[in-house]
Amino acid sequence: MAARKKKEKPLFEGSEWDFATMQRAYDAIQEVAFEDLGLDIYPNQIEIISSEQMLDAYASVGLPLMYKHWSFGKHFVREERMYSKGYTGLAYEIVINSNPCISYNLEDNTMAMQTLVMAHAAFGHNHFFKNNNVFRQWTDAEGILDYLQFAKSYVSQCEDKHGHAAVEEVLDSAHAIMDYGVFRYRRPPKLSLRDQIERERDRQEYEDRTFSDLWRTLPKRPDKEEPSEAEEAATERRRKLKLPEENLLYFLEKNSPTLEPWQREILRIVRNISQYFYAQKQTKVMNEGCATFVHHYIVNTLYDRGLLTEGALLEILHSHSNVVFQPGYDDRRFSGVNPYALGFGMMDDIKRISTEPTDEDKDWFPEIAGTGDWREVLKDAWANYRDESFIRQYLSPHMMRQLKLFSLTDREDDSHYTVTAIHNERGYEDLRNSLAQTYDLSMVEPDIQVGDVDLRGDRRLRLQHTMRDGIRLDSATRDEVMKHIKVLWGYDVTMAGIDRGSDKKVYEVSTAKM
Amino acid sequence: MPYFIDRRLNPKDKSLGNRQRFLRRARAQIKEAVNKALKNRNVSDTLSGETISIPTKGIAEPRFRLSPTGGDRDRIFPGNKEFDAGDRLPKPPKGGGEGRGKKGSDQGEGTDEFEFALSRDEFLDLFFEDLELPELVKTTLKELENIKPQRAGIGTTGTPTNINVIRTMRMAMGRRLALKRPRSDDVMEVERQIFALENKSSPTSDEREKLAALHAELEELKRRQKGVPYIDPLDIRYNQFVQKPEPSTKAVMFCLMDVSGSMGEREKDLAKRFFVLLHLFLKRRYERIEVVFIRHTHQAQEVDEETFFYSRETGGTVVSTALREMLSIVKDRYSPGEWNIYAAQASDGDNFAGDAEKCTALLSQELMPMCQYYAYVEILDEREMELFRNSEEGAALWRCYRAVAADWKNFAMKRIATPADIYPVFRELFAKQPS
Repeated sequence: MAARKKKEKPLFEGSEWDFATMQRAYDAIQEVAFEDLGLDIYPNQIEIISSEQMLDAYASVGLPLMYKHWSFGKHFVREERMYSKGYTGLAYEIVINSNPCISYNLEDNTMAMQTLVMAHAAFGHNHFFKNNNVFRQWTDAEGILDYLQFAKSYVSQCEDKHGHAAVEEVLDSAHAIMDYGVFRYRRPPKLSLRDQIERERDRQEYEDRTFSDLWRTLPKRPDKEEPSEAEEAATERRRKLKLPEENLLYFLEKNSPTLEPWQREILRIVRNISQYFYAQKQTKVMNEGCATFVHHYIVNTLYDRGLLTEGALLEILHSHSNVVFQPGYDDRRFSGVNPYALGFGMMDDIKRISTEPTDEDKDWFPEIAGTGDWREVLKDAWANYRDESFIRQYLSPHMMRQLKLFSLTDREDDSHYTVTAIHNERGYEDLRNSLAQTYDLSMVEPDIQVGDVDLRGDRRLRLQHTMRDGIRLDSATRDEVMKHIKVLWGYDVTMAGIDRGSDKKVYEVSTAKM
Repeated sequence: MPYFIDRRLNPKDKSLGNRQRFLRRARAQIKEAVNKALKNRNVSDTLSGETISIPTKGIAEPRFRLSPTGGDRDRIFPGNKEFDAGDRLPKPPKGGGEGRGKKGSDQGEGTDEFEFALSRDEFLDLFFEDLELPELVKTTLKELENIKPQRAGIGTTGTPTNINVIRTMRMAMGRRLALKRPRSDDVMEVERQIFALENKSSPTSDEREKLAALHAELEELKRRQKGVPYIDPLDIRYNQFVQKPEPSTKAVMFCLMDVSGSMGEREKDLAKRFFVLLHLFLKRRYERIEVVFIRHTHQAQEVDEETFFYSRETGGTVVSTALREMLSIVKDRYSPGEWNIYAAQASDGDNFAGDAEKCTALLSQELMPMCQYYAYVEILDEREMELFRNSEEGAALWRCYRAVAADWKNFAMKRIATPADIYPVFRELFAKQPS
């Protein structure tokens, strides 16, 4: 503390803010962010809004524009009530992954909070949005606002043309399978028509060239049955429909026998918005960790330079420690691992490992321990990882000890839970893997795909749920969602639960019997 | 360079459309909740905005989700204190929660009831939905007789009383400036100079020349002044008025009640609820409502609300006195041309022998033609209610009122016995009438 010398006049005193002060604070933050941390951000657009507008923003899933739907209204009335009764406070900010990066700051914030919020959202989140691989790959920050504008006006046009009820029905059903409107893997670029014809011809030629009549004369193997004609036809039609398909919304949009063109377009809108949020779902810990780390570093640097008063720093740190507080499993406030705590903790830990490694760290992280260049390590992590891989790579024993993690195993047949690993030498690897897995969306979300459909036959849409570890779907919501799918598909929908290990069918349900 | 944008002045009801969609969606459940709220509470309590809780069914947003029970799972928790690897913890008994981690259900599915607040208007809208005043035809806009002038801007025609002086002078000034009319100040200046020169006893030739020039100038100025009038008919502007029919927004509600000894606390309480509901309903339709309370035994008098409901009176029962009192008050203070007249009468059905015919005559000939609506409730106890299940039977008053009801569509009558009956009666009295 004594070493800190005051070089400059504080940016502000007292808690009132105005736009000139905001600008000064922004400039100071920017200097640290660019010169010291070397962040790379989209241009910022910071909007000051009132608490009512914040509630509005909540209701439309945090997007500045959104089409209208009753479910947003439902969230709105609930948030409104919670807020007016004093059960919940409001977020200090909302930030949108767009270019320019829009962040909403609440007008009720004090100047210290505005500083924190700017560092957090306008720099932390912004940097992450622009640089993280997942975001770059799945979202289009340039186009999202225009697309939402389009979606909003398109849906409202449809409402005028086809009536509220018809649009609502499609949106209800589409929302029910919104989580299944995502391409998890990149698709090869689509061939142009000419390329396709060419490829078709090449294949034909290759077949002609390699044709040999001799193969036909081979005797059949007695132990292996020739696939029946029906089976072959089924394989063929599955190939044509590119089944199995995990993007249910996409499949319905392209293949539903009953949807009108405008309904397909609405499915497409829901699917695109779902895709846009897919990146956020995968990077909650990292995104919040990055923003929290950045604001923490920046406000401390500002304080060191004498730009913040002690009062402001204390206010900011108070809020900061509230955010990164992790209650224990037996605490009344416990509601899972706090992504802010985990993300910030790990990133702070990376900084520690880079600069002051222990022997243990040197064993675990030979690449980064003691290099001193934590900025580069962090920027590399922010750019190239998502939650699951980040934890798998960087969760250190030190961090596990700090959080006092332990893993609890629940076997269906046992009458008890077993503590399988705790924060000790034997447990680190296990804990790290298990924790990483809980952030792997493909492990967390039920695996449901379109298995088969016979468009010429009964047109029944056959979904397949691949069960992991014997965990079924919640049957009430499952049936409801299947009814929604039936609305979109137009014919009956069945779902078969296949156990992943044994390939055995565990259950089968159909909308025909609901 | 960041852009700070102050959005605070933007309209804040961005979610209104969503909110309306939600209310429409959950309409059935919300209405049910509103009705329940009305039945269970005092009517006056329900006037303000209501916290409504409705079942989540129908407004659920189902998603595929994993069953919280069954199967094998590994979970990670922070905050280990005493556990070591290999420790066993007993599972809680089936059905008793689901282990430790709270299953947060942010969609609201976890709970059976979804609670939120309705604004007062939304609440009343639902309450009064598909209720419409009967015989409202009279008060529909096209037949309204009351007309009130309303300002409708400025025009070039009109009567002298409506001249808008300021606007007229402004127009005149603009025209004078445009046509370069000499200002009277300028004219006076020239005249002053001429006067000064003429008063000189021995003018030089220079001055004489100047005087001549000034005279010429004065001539010219006067000519131009004459050519361009100070105020031209063109300049004149009139205030315009349009005659707008004014909806007759005044209503008077007569509450008539028998307060003779046979009306006990229970009967009065029921009657009060009945009156309050009618009042509430009228309040919604009319800007201004006056309420007149008339109580009667063997004689009738106008009283204030407190006396009406809470003071006791002894005597016989002559219903026609109340009707006569009402008639005289209407003639005195509430001309039917200006006021919409509603009447609600509550009684236990007793009447002085021979008075019923007088009532019929008064109603059919005098009161019904000027009333928008006349509602009569007969308050019985439950035993009597059983007895008089058939609406054709009843005491003298009931029978003769039935004759009135047959003639007048805007006369309604009903028997009630418990608080639970009031709402249905109310609904039936004011239910949308097929037009």
